[in-house]
Parts: sequence; structure tokens; C-alpha cells
Amino acid sequence: MKDLIQKLSGVYGPSGNEELVSEAIRGEIESYVDEIRVDVMGNLIAIKKGNGTGKKIMLAAHMDQIGLMITHIDDKGFLRFANLGGISVANSVCRRVLFQNGTVGVIGYETELDSWKDITLAKMYIDIGASNRKEAEGLVKIGDVAVYHPLFSVGNGKYIGGAMDDRAGCALLVKTIRDIGDTPNDLYFVFTVQEELGLRGAKTSAYALEPDLAIAVDVTATGDTPKSKPMAVALGGGPAIKIKDASVLAHPMVKDLMINTAQKHGIPYQLEILEYGGTDSGAIHLSRGGVPSGVLSIPCRYVHSDSETIDAGDMDNGVRLLTRILEENISF
Amino acid sequence: MSDLLKRLTAAGGVSGDEGRVRAIIIEEITPLVDEVHIDRMGNVTGFKKGTTSNRKVMLCAHMDEVGFIITGIEDNGMLKFATVGSIDSRILPSKRVRIGDNRVPGVMGIKAIHLQEPAERKNAVKARQMYIDIGAGSKDEAERLIKLGDYAVFDSELVYFGDGRVKSKALDDRVGCLTLIESLKGDYPFDLYACFTVQEEVGLRGAKVAAYHIQPDIGLVVEGTTCSDVPGVEPHRHTTRMGNGPAISIADLASYGNKEMVTFLIECAENAGIPFQIKEGVTGGNDAGEIQRSRGGAMTAVISVPCRYIHSPSSVMDLKDLDNTVRLVKEFLKGCESL
Repeated sequence: MKDLIQKLSGVYGPSGNEELVSEAIRGEIESYVDEIRVDVMGNLIAIKKGNGTGKKIMLAAHMDQIGLMITHIDDKGFLRFANLGGISVANSVCRRVLFQNGTVGVIGYETELDSWKDITLAKMYIDIGASNRKEAEGLVKIGDVAVYHPLFSVGNGKYIGGAMDDRAGCALLVKTIRDIGDTPNDLYFVFTVQEELGLRGAKTSAYALEPDLAIAVDVTATGDTPKSKPMAVALGGGPAIKIKDASVLAHPMVKDLMINTAQKHGIPYQLEILEYGGTDSGAIHLSRGGVPSGVLSIPCRYVHSDSETIDAGDMDNGVRLLTRILEENISF
Repeated sequence: MSDLLKRLTAAGGVSGDEGRVRAIIIEEITPLVDEVHIDRMGNVTGFKKGTTSNRKVMLCAHMDEVGFIITGIEDNGMLKFATVGSIDSRILPSKRVRIGDNRVPGVMGIKAIHLQEPAERKNAVKARQMYIDIGAGSKDEAERLIKLGDYAVFDSELVYFGDGRVKSKALDDRVGCLTLIESLKGDYPFDLYACFTVQEEVGLRGAKVAAYHIQPDIGLVVEGTTCSDVPGVEPHRHTTRMGNGPAISIADLASYGNKEMVTFLIECAENAGIPFQIKEGVTGGNDAGEIQRSRGGAMTAVISVPCRYIHSPSSVMDLKDLDNTVRLVKEFLKGCESL
């Protein structure tokens, strides 16, 4: 699992630019699935057939990570940028970024500002070491997207890196695809695009697939750090079964299926109530006439930074739980 | 072409009240297409059957413009109003408007500067502090001229000035409407749907149902977009620059352009020697968001004519940019079958 997470979290793939992640995942699962394809939006869809008596289940994890899109190159070779997804000032100051072609940059800010409160993304820039516009244009162009420089570490059973949101979810699905045994259910594993821009890939893929039920796998925040916002999710407390976030109220049947399966197999779990944010199930559950949907969440500290931190045990138990759920005879 | 631009921009067509614009478009496109379809939302689609292919290409421009709706009539005959679509209310005082089907003239008023409290002077003026004066002396008199729910538009004529520039209201997005009409003059191998949408300015509403209905393979949106190459704005916040050609979007808040389409648009421009610019910013959003994510998804891209002072009575545009936008769309249509 460590190698898989390290590999996937290091692949360049900001929203709208998920191609390399898609290729990497395809390489990991191609020999384990019955069919694999990419749709017009770029979603990677892998199908594992059941024995024909079960449900059609959609699993979704998003391939994209947040990024910084270059909007302007100035005469001195500095780049201005706009955020793709939830890039914040606080998590960006003096961080290193990486472009698809390997160009490295540092995020700086206009230091004549009087107060940190005055810093906005429009007053920040990326320094790629170019001394003029021409030199910069040899390395990047308007519309190119940088990501936080990925640096993977393992610390006391924790995985730390950029893009755990949501390569951890992708890795969880990849491992599930490999581990799963005989199942009555037809499984549609969808590695989605542009989640960070508004659940976009999930919307079109759910429409096209028309599943009977759906489970998204994504990271969620925790409430276990010093003076954090109150939240009853802890790193290492087991995979979290979502009750709600700002995009979805988990369908009771799916939620109960997840809880009952965890209890039946003695898999640790926790319940998640996230007061903000959303994930692919937010789009999936409203597709066509509605899709009963839930979410399996991976507790993650420092979400949307270059040091997103998850727990190895939560990942392993997440795979166990999802695998057991998908092997169930589901009767609703 | 410029006579048509004058007619299109002169027509009042606030979101939800696009009838006058629709009438001009129907008149213009009927001789050019196989079928004109008007859906329940009021979108107009000109359909041209393809000669050899069944692929569906959707061109899209919105008919509606930002404006106002009358929300109240005071005892003294003054009208209260709300904005429809996004308008910077600081530009409103003393602007002339036309209200309702009878184009009743009015002017937007606000309390005089010497009567404003210090706090009022400091804060940006809001629409609800203003009123429209239609010269009526009483509620009865006003009610004979207008009724609640009437729409109002900026009273502003298209004016040519400078070297090939114009100022007008509603360039956003009558420039797109004009581009679509011009594009319908060609013949294409694929099925072409030129879709003129309603209610874009209030949330891409017309495009949502139009795209669902059409189910396009490829969607190209033609827009008017913001252009801030003016004094006091740092170069990295210009977004687009006037006269540099149509702006091709990489992404905005509503959609991320399909990469193959964006690359193809750039190739089209380069091969045909059409000046173009890449839009430097991700602000705003447009019908492409709904088209791209309708049903199972479609390829989409956006090109825009730069418009200074957009969403005002006096947007400014360079006619060369419009001309080059029309050229680029035609080049795109010539070869987009290969996508």
C-alpha cells in the first residue's frame, strides 16, 4: 500500500490535467478488470462484472488535485496565477511548486504589503528562476498549471505528501480492485476528473452509467489537532462513514450497509459529519432520478496543503471495509 | 455586418425578456437553416443538416443582457428596481434607461451628495438606495405607463469611434449572436446547431435545457468577455487586451476547455493568420459549463471578444476583434470534424 500511495500521490494531475494519473492507475488495474475506458470528460472507468444477480454499483475517487494556473508572465520572468480549486494563501507562502515538464518554482508574495492579512492570491507570484519574460516563456506558458511539489514521507505509521486528496482514495480503489473476490455485483470503478472544480467528472459519469447505488471514496478533515475546529473524526480511528457534508446527506440504506458490514467483520470505523466541503457523491446522488449514495472517507490532516497526512491503518481498514461491502448481497 | 450589430445591440433583452432579440435572430437565420426550433425556455436553435456526417456540433451564444426589473412604485411616482444579472451598482446614478414594451424613458436617481450622511458617501451606492424617475408625479400616473415586473434596459446607442471601435450596451453577448449568424452562412459535413440561449446572465439556465435537448458531441461558446487593459490595472490583471484578437479560454469558473479543442482552435488561428490571445484569468463563467456537463458530457471550448466596461451602457469593443472572432469560428467549423 505504501508504494502504491507514494507512486500515485507523486503523479502530476491538477484539475483538468488528469491524464498522467489516469495512465498510472490504468497500469495498476488493467489486468484485474473486465473492461476499461476513458470518457469524453477524461474519467477513467474500469468495470468488474459480477455474477449477474447483484446490483450495479459505482465507486468514485477523484484523480485531480488542486493547482495554480499561470495567467500572466511579467517582463522580469515572474508568473502570476489563479487557483484551480482550494489553493489558500496560508498553505502557499514560500511553498515549492512543480509543472508537468519538471519546471520548479517558489510561490512568493509582494513583500511591500503591511500585513499578512493583505496578501491575496493576486498579490502572489511564482518564481521559476527566470530572469526575463523570454526565458520564462521557454519554460512555461499561459494556462499551464503547477501543483505543490510532491514530497512523500512516512512518519510513525502516517503517510505524508501532496495530493493525498484524493490519490489516497484512488489507491484505496486500486487495492480493492485487486483484493476483491467473487461478488454478485457489477462494479464500476470511476476515477473522476475535476472534482475540485465542482464534482464535474462525477456528474457526467453517473449520468452515463446509471448505477443502482454509489460510494465515493475521498479524504475528509479531522478534529484531533490542537485547538482544531470541532469534528468527531480522528486520524487512525478507522475509515469514516459519512453521515453528511455540504454536498450530500448519505442515503440511509447505503450508510447502514456500510456500518453493518464494518460491524459484521469487526472492522474499525468512525462516523463523519463534515460541516463544509463536498465530494463526488454530491453530484452522483442527484443524477437522473436519483442514486442512493454514500461516502467512505479517509481521515486526513492538513487537507489542501503539500503535507496532507493520512494513517496507514485507516487505509488498510478502508480497503477491507470497501471490499467486504462490495461482496455483499445487497437487498434494496 | 455592422448594421446587424447595431440592430442586435439596440434590442432590449434582459434575462427572461429576450423576445425582441429572438425576433431579429429568427428573421436573420430562417433563410440560412433547415429548421428553426424554439424551445419552452425560449432558446432559439438554427439547425443545418450535415452533408455527410451525423456528428453534432453546437455553437452557442446567449441572447440575454444584464438589466433591471421594476420591483415597486412609490406614492410619488418613483420606481424601485432590482438588477438582473451582475451589474456594478456604482455605475448606475444618472444613467438613462428604457422601461417595458413601450420603452418608457427614465433616469436613475440618487440622493444628492450634500444630503448624504458621511457613512453613505463612503460606502458604494447600492441599487436599493436608488430609484428610477420616469417623470410621473404620482403612483397613478406611473402605473399608467409601467407595471411591476417590467424590465428596464440601459438607454444607449451603438456609436462608432476611434479607429474601428464601437461603444454600445449588450455587446455581451450580441457579438456572439452575430458570430453565430455569420457562421450559418457556410455548409458543413456535420449537423450544426446554432443555439441562441436565454438567461445566461442569471445562471446559464437556457443552455442547460438546450444542451440536454441537442446532446452535442462538440460545443463551442462565443462570448463577450472582460477586458481590463486600462489605467490603474496592473498588467497581470488585464485578462484580455483590446485589438489582440479573439480570446481563447483555457479555463474559467464554469468549465475547463477540452484540450484537443483548445489546441485545435490555436492551430486554426495560426494556420489562417488570425490574431488571437489566451485569456489571462479564470474569472467568470458561461454556457460552456452546462454544455460540457450535460448528460454524459461533451467536448467544449470558449472564445470571446474582449469588451471593456462590460455589463455597462457603454461597453467598448474593437471591430477587428469581432471580425477575427467570426473568422476563427469559421476556420474551426471547417476542420472540427477531425476532433
